[in-house]
Order: sequence, then structure tokens, then C-alpha cells
Amino acid sequence: MNTMGLEEFKGVYVYAQQVDNVLNGVAFELLGKARELAADLNTDVTAVLIGSDVKGLADELAVYGADKVIVVDDPELKEYRTEPYAHALASVINEYKPEIMLVGATAIGRDLGPTVSARVATGLTADCTVLEIGDFPLVAAPGKEDQQKHNQLLMTRPAFGGNTIATIACPDNRPQMATVRPGVMQKIAPIEGAKANIIEYNPGFTPNNRYVEILNIVKAVKSTANIMEAKVLVSGGRGVGSKENFKMLEELAEVLGGTVSCSRAVVENGWLPVDLQVGQTGKTVRPQIYFAIGISGAIQHVAGMEESDLIIAINKDEDAPIFDVADYGLVGDLNKIVPALTAALKAEM
Amino acid sequence: MNIVVCIKQVPDTKGGVKFNPDGTLDRAAMLAIMNPDDKAGLEAALRIKDETGAKVTVLTMGLPKADAVLREAMAMGADDAILVTDRVLGGADTWATSTTIAGALRNLEYDLIITGRQAIDGDTAQVGPQIAEHLSLPVISYAEDIKVEGDSVIVKRQYEDRYHEVKAKMPCLITALSELNEPRYMTPGGIFDACDKEVTVWGRADLKDVDDANLGLKGSPTKIAKASDKVAKGAGEKVNLDPEEAVAYLIGKFKEKHII
Repeated sequence: MNTMGLEEFKGVYVYAQQVDNVLNGVAFELLGKARELAADLNTDVTAVLIGSDVKGLADELAVYGADKVIVVDDPELKEYRTEPYAHALASVINEYKPEIMLVGATAIGRDLGPTVSARVATGLTADCTVLEIGDFPLVAAPGKEDQQKHNQLLMTRPAFGGNTIATIACPDNRPQMATVRPGVMQKIAPIEGAKANIIEYNPGFTPNNRYVEILNIVKAVKSTANIMEAKVLVSGGRGVGSKENFKMLEELAEVLGGTVSCSRAVVENGWLPVDLQVGQTGKTVRPQIYFAIGISGAIQHVAGMEESDLIIAINKDEDAPIFDVADYGLVGDLNKIVPALTAALKAEM
Repeated sequence: MNIVVCIKQVPDTKGGVKFNPDGTLDRAAMLAIMNPDDKAGLEAALRIKDETGAKVTVLTMGLPKADAVLREAMAMGADDAILVTDRVLGGADTWATSTTIAGALRNLEYDLIITGRQAIDGDTAQVGPQIAEHLSLPVISYAEDIKVEGDSVIVKRQYEDRYHEVKAKMPCLITALSELNEPRYMTPGGIFDACDKEVTVWGRADLKDVDDANLGLKGSPTKIAKASDKVAKGAGEKVNLDPEEAVAYLIGKFKEKHII
């Protein structure tokens, strides 16, 4: 392991994921968190932008808090492939030596992150929900106060299907690497008119056996709403009973300007598409209002919605675990309560 | 053609979650199963075997009781099984785990290595790509379809809004999604044979080109500062009223909060 000269590593870095020259929202969210960490460490925030012809995206990263943007621009990087991207990011790390490297836990980041962490011989903590600066060990052993390390990245994540949470440190290796799922951190208010301080860097790309060939790219047709952007989510579970009954939920969502989402059981029954699924295997959401209707509240579901500002549960089973996380719980028949609530809201608005 | 499938024995966190009276997770009471993504990877390997006669070896790192998932894999049709187990390997994070498994794989001939995308206990999705990195192999993660064509594989690589059809020369490593297929059941004959077959057991000494400093708890760059069973957010108010009253109650709360 690379344990030499940890103090040489400085700055909080964010991998700014782009696909088809559009930045992924998680990049802005990570920049928001990176600013807080950088303030605690008295350092700055750098975004790493990798792709082909992507320099034009750099200002957008400045608007959301990047002090510097390192751009690796090369025709080999047109589409995401593990090898040229891992080479790009690992080379940036070796050249610029960040103290912290944050990556979005997307289908790209969860491939790029582990590959790069193994290449630069450091640890990686996946799917973090809390990132903060603190001491490791949290409490120094008596008589070993001098061995406690300060200004460490403490990374908290769920494990065992969300049943346990662990706080993890990476005290002896740099950078300290973490992935974070989209929707978990919050972006800052945009700094209008901010211009990026761009550093161009190209480590050189020579194709080898690890460069795979992309034969075809097939994009899914997107017809569904983005539930991660919704301010109000009306979410249904198995208890809704049928695909047709989701009409009730749609009507409620419409009155509040919201969107319908669902639990895993609903997707498994084929009532709604997987894009609308909330939970550990679905999406993490934090709307202002979350209705959990006919959702029992399995821990995998709760993991994806518990950060919502206000949670309202409607369920006929008064022992349903969803009531343990709900701000307001209505025990009763959703078939009666939901239409009545929709009608009452219409009358009020 | 030689295929090695890396599998993991995991507690069944789906549905079968059990708690101790004090609210902590009762791991001992939870069923141990073959990790679902790994099982799909094994099924994909067995389908290639059905077509081409490839030899399928399953490999796991774990406690001696992980022997059970290796026997299950052999009952499904795997030819050979290897258990990597040693006290010094305990407490490994993904770096130390991938280092260990890579050290075991260096002893084997392989054209294709298949792992699950992620295990349901840790959900990290790191070990597959990290093994590929240690062995300098091409990696294709998130596979939802795998085809062998000559000396190459053609894989449907899943992303959130698209898939790439990707071609890689073997040897390479693929991480499998549970959506890949419906794994077959063990056959009675297979179960019978699996009881008789030998599971090869390897320890620290059998790992090739691996430094002690990269193994087990000591060789793990990530360290646990604190672990706790999850504390649920405090419950709010729960009412059991007639539908009209329930709606009136909620409308009142919405007004209080200036939502309407």
C-alpha cells in the first residue's frame, strides 16, 4: 500500500461525470458536499472532468462550487469505457495528489471508483450517506492520544440491506475515496456567472487489451418522470392492490403538483416501471412531501426515502413499520382515504 | 475454455431479517445463501458450459461453512470448487478481499472470470473490478447478457438510461446482474455428486504473488471507526380515524405547516 508522504495530498476532488457532454446532477451534489469538507480542511475544491470535447462544461462546475477544473480531453474518451477513464482519473490522482476523491455511485462511478482505487492502492467506501471531517479513532485510546489522527474523512454508509450503519475511515492511504449515490448530498445555490479556472491535463492514451470495443449503444426510451427531482412524491406499494388503483394516486399527485413513485413490490408485479422505484435497489429520494400509501416500510424501502422532509403514511395495518418513520400516520383504508384527501385538497386550493 | 465464477455466502437480508430483543441484528438466525448476483453469474457460466463444454470452477473466500455454497454450485453443475479460508484473511475490506482472490486466481487457468456485481450484505460492487485491476484484465461490469464468440465475449453492459454492447478479448472479467437470467435448480443427481466431490481448500500459503501487508484486517486501507445497528428516526403521530376525520386531520396539519 502507498503510505508515504500523506501530507503531500491536498484538496477535495470531485469526479464530474458527464455522458453525451451533459453533466450528471450528482457532480453538482458532490461539489456541494466538497465545499463543506474543504472549508473544514481549509483547502479548495477541484472538479475532474473527463471526456471528449468537454471543456465547455467547466464553467457549469464553477457555478456549483468548483474552484478549479482539471480537464482530461481526448477522443479515446468519447464514450465511457473502464480502461481509458480509469487511466485518466488514476493519472490525475498520481499527478495532483488529492486528499479526498469523491465519485458518484452511478453505474459508471461504481465501476470507475473501484478500478481507480485499486490502481492507486487506496481504500474506497461505497454509497456513503454522511461525509464529515473528524478524528480517527473517534476517541483516542488512553495513553495513545498522539496516535489519534485528525482531519480524517469519516464516511458513513449503510450495510446489511440497510440494517446497520458503519462509519469508516481511511487513515493510512491517500486519497480517501468515497462514492455517494445521486440524491443524497445537496448542491449549493448557483454562483451566477462563475468562470472555471481550467487546468488541462492529458496523460496520453495508448489502446491495449484492456480497451474494450463498443459495438452498439442502445438508449432506453424515457417516458417516465424523474422521481429524484420531484418536490412531492405519492408513492404506492403492494397494498394499492392493482395497476388500475394507481389512478387514485395519480389524481392525488396531480392536485399537489407531484409525481407517482412506488416500492419494489409494485415493480415486481409489473404495475409500474423500475424508473419509479424508491429504495435500496431503486432510487434515493428526498422530496418535501412523501406519501407512503399501502407501503409496509421494509427497511430497503425506508433507506431510499427516510430523508424526505415530511412523510405521510397511509396503511390499514397499524403495526406496519412505515409508521415508525412517518411524521403523520393514518391507519385506515387507502381506497377511502386517498380519494377523500384528493377531493378535500381540491376544495382547499 | 475455463471459466471461474467467484461466489460469496451472504446472510439473506431480503425478508428474513431477524432482530435480537435489544433491537440489534441477529446475524446467526439469518439464513446463509449464495449471493443472488453471483448465482446469476454462475448460471451464465453454466449456460456457456452447456453450449461449449467449458469447465466451470467456483471459488469463494470465507469461513469454512462457506463450503455449503460451493456444494450448491456443484449441485447446479459446476465442475470444481475452491474454498479460500484462513484466519489471517479475516476482517478484509474490498481491497484486501480482491487482493486475496486475485492471489488465488493466479494459480488457475482461466479465459473468463465472472463475479456478481455486488453482494447483498455489503452492496459495494467493488470486488469484481478490483480483482480485474490486480490481474490487469479488461473488466465489463453490470452485465445483463453474456455471449462467447471465438476468443471474445460480447456483453450487454447496463447503465441507468442505456446499454452498451461491448466486445472484449478473453481473458477478461465480467460482473453479473441478477437480472441476467433465472438460475437453474440443483438436480437430485447433482446434489448426490456434490456431496461426494472434493472441495479444494486453500490457505494463505496457497496465494500467489501476494504481500502479507495487503491481507486481512491489517491489510485493509479502510477501517471501521464505528458500527451500529440502525436507529430508526422517531415516529411521529399516528391516528386511527374514520376516513373523513383522517382527511380533516391531515388537512389541518398541512395548514399548520403552510403546505396549503
